[in-house]
Amino acid sequence: MTLFGYKLPNMSSLILWGILWEIVGQIELTFFLPPLSEIFATLIEIGGTTPFINALKETALAFSIGTFSAICIGVPVGILMGKNQLIDELLLPWVNLFLSAPLTALVPVLMVLFGFGLKSIVITTALFAIWIIVLNSRAGVRQINQSLVEMSKSFGASQLDALTKIYFWAALPEILSGVRIGFIRAVKGVIIGQLLISIVGFGSLFELYASNFLMSHFWAVLIVLFALSFIIAEFLAYLERRVDYYASRR
Amino acid sequence: MTKSTDNAVTVRNVYKNYGSTEALRDLSLDFPRGQLTSLLGPSGCGKTTLLKIIAGLLPATSGEVLVNGEVVKAPGPDRAFVFQDFALMPWASVIRNVAFGLELRGMAKSEREGIAEKYINEVGLSGFEHSYPHELSGGMRQRVGLARALSVDAQVLLMDEPFSAVDEQTRRKFQEDLLGLVKNENKTFIFVTHSIEEAVYVSDQIAILLPRPSRVMEIIRPSGFRHKDVDSIRREPEYLDIVDRIWASLRSYVE
Ligand SMILES: Nc1ncnc2c1ncn2[C@@H]1O[C@H](COP(=O)(O)OP(=O)(O)OP(=O)(O)O)[C@@H](O)[C@H]1O
Ligand SMILES: [Mg+2]
Repeated sequence: MTLFGYKLPNMSSLILWGILWEIVGQIELTFFLPPLSEIFATLIEIGGTTPFINALKETALAFSIGTFSAICIGVPVGILMGKNQLIDELLLPWVNLFLSAPLTALVPVLMVLFGFGLKSIVITTALFAIWIIVLNSRAGVRQINQSLVEMSKSFGASQLDALTKIYFWAALPEILSGVRIGFIRAVKGVIIGQLLISIVGFGSLFELYASNFLMSHFWAVLIVLFALSFIIAEFLAYLERRVDYYASRR
Repeated sequence: MTKSTDNAVTVRNVYKNYGSTEALRDLSLDFPRGQLTSLLGPSGCGKTTLLKIIAGLLPATSGEVLVNGEVVKAPGPDRAFVFQDFALMPWASVIRNVAFGLELRGMAKSEREGIAEKYINEVGLSGFEHSYPHELSGGMRQRVGLARALSVDAQVLLMDEPFSAVDEQTRRKFQEDLLGLVKNENKTFIFVTHSIEEAVYVSDQIAILLPRPSRVMEIIRPSGFRHKDVDSIRREPEYLDIVDRIWASLRSYVE
């Protein structure tokens, strides 16, 4: 965007929206929307408190374990599905089913199975993230240049060599974009999990703020979550662009 | 095919069917050690199929392939493949690509890179060790593919139309370099090509394949000009005669 001949940095339109928000907040149109300045003040105020830091820690922990397991399981499974017809036919219907299923409905079941704690949230997070990672890794492997596979065979590559030295790298651009979308879904997973369980992490904070009509607290936490998930997504998009040069040359 | 004193590769009564498509029928052919044999024939006649069977990448439906007297069942260190589309790993630098065959054999990094360096130099790519394939021209990429095949020091080099994706000038240079390689490397070359002129220019022996189902129609051994200077071969009467003769026997299959 350019304004009066100046090139504005990306997303500078956010400033405009921020100002609009502030105005709407100041004229007290609705209790639901406090002024932005108040929200930031609250953010600074609660940012250092133990409940907030704990919530952040719990969320980060559940998120990292959940996404880490989703990647560690999803990528190899996807690669194997792409390589092996039999495995593919066995698993593909399930992957597609879960990809489109309303997973939120499963969370209560998970709570019954795994308790009202970290475990359930980790599993929810992984469950949200894993299917798209599997599917993208599979797609990445399926479009592999066959002569690369033949090349590795002709130079005596073992199955494992082929997997780690050829298939994984050839599929890397697709894998990364799967991971990016998976992470975005995992953010949903971890928050939905916490909200439904509502005694852990941000779930308990939201519960507390919403039931006491602490709107600026509510918004402050929300803004932190939005910002964090946006940063994660942007970082992964950046990684993806870094491997793009060879994705386009296959 | 009779006076096969020393053959690096022998193909015996090979049949290959793809489902109901009969690609090769009872194909037998000898590849003398230290020489370059071209497989020449119309498109779709099964040249790539034969080369992949020799490489151990495809199983024959029946018949057998012997390399140094041993039956081929899988790819082995005695054979190296040069691919028509180069088959370079786009995520790896030139030196890693060239050393890849050695890497798969478990050779230590410094040792294999030393060897790779030598062959990168030999194919005229020194200075590009740390470039990536997408930074190279088509001709340079095929040099990388060639260096990779040379660096594993296999006795048999299998080349599937290696020069078809490069421009005409580069191709001529490659052909001259190939003659140098055949002379100096003491390897057996099996070379697939579409081009009659190219086959006659570089080959010690040319096997002309019939259209599908494919067998060897004729074997031609250009001999008179093999020791001439690379520049004068194309003006040799024997060279021109053989090109004409091959065209005469192939033209009936090209409608
Ligand atoms: N995987 C496959 N499945 C079915 N048919 C195949 C397969 N690969 C090759 N063929 C058939 O076998 C025949 C020989 O193919 P091949 O690729 O060996 O020919 P070629 O001589 O290398 O042709 P070209 O000169 O065009 O490269 C062709 O008719 C092709 O259609
Ligand atoms: Mg071919």
